[in-house]
Amino acid sequence: MSRRKKKRASVHERPQGGLELWWWLFMRLSGLALLALALGHLAIMHMVHSVEEVSYEFVAQRYSTTFNFWRWYDWALLTLALLHGVNGLRTIIDDYVDHDVVRLMLLMALFVGGTFLWGIGSIVVLAFTPVGA
Amino acid sequence: MLYRGREGMWSWIFHRLTGVGILLFLALHILDTMLVMWGPETYNHIVNIYKLPWFRPLEVGLFAAVLYHALNGIRITIIDFWDDGATYQRHLFYGVMILFTLLFLPGAYFMLRSLFR
Repeated sequence: MSRRKKKRASVHERPQGGLELWWWLFMRLSGLALLALALGHLAIMHMVHSVEEVSYEFVAQRYSTTFNFWRWYDWALLTLALLHGVNGLRTIIDDYVDHDVVRLMLLMALFVGGTFLWGIGSIVVLAFTPVGA
Repeated sequence: MLYRGREGMWSWIFHRLTGVGILLFLALHILDTMLVMWGPETYNHIVNIYKLPWFRPLEVGLFAAVLYHALNGIRITIIDFWDDGATYQRHLFYGVMILFTLLFLPGAYFMLRSLFR
């Protein structure tokens, strides 16, 4: 393993300290939270309910009141899943892309894309008001 | 050292593949849900694609990916925080496989139950 590689993020070993150690810890803690949030979301939407029931009316009913429980549940899932996923992809890019300029561009695209998705996701989940409700 | 060859390596490769797959679906899912802002017609038109028969196996595939990633994530966390974790990582992987099978089969049945009627 080259010196440069060792300095980068990695899921293989626990980082010695600093920001990378916090991200390492975040992946484990958010993973535990997502275990409940993501599998709970799948169980409710795909097993208790079904993908066949999902429609505008279904979403409108789920989000019928402002800042209700499901909005916060979905927002927590959105935020943690995106942070966990984007940081995971960051470690993959760090591991496999050796070209410095290409890596920097990919990481910037990942950061911009992740922020964009989090922004529009947050607006929908927290601020969507159904028509005729 | 843990990740060289055999069960440890495969569990890690699957962890990365399922992770990337789930992130791609998450991006798609945020974009499709965004369409509720455009009103019932647009949103219903797009989510109806998810209900097509040929799409349903992908729904089960997503469940499989999330379930594997979750269970193997617990395995990784156990290896990291339990002193003897690394010694038993292979046993933990078999534990992941057994739990996966036990949870996947009933879950997949419930997802697709309307198709069996």
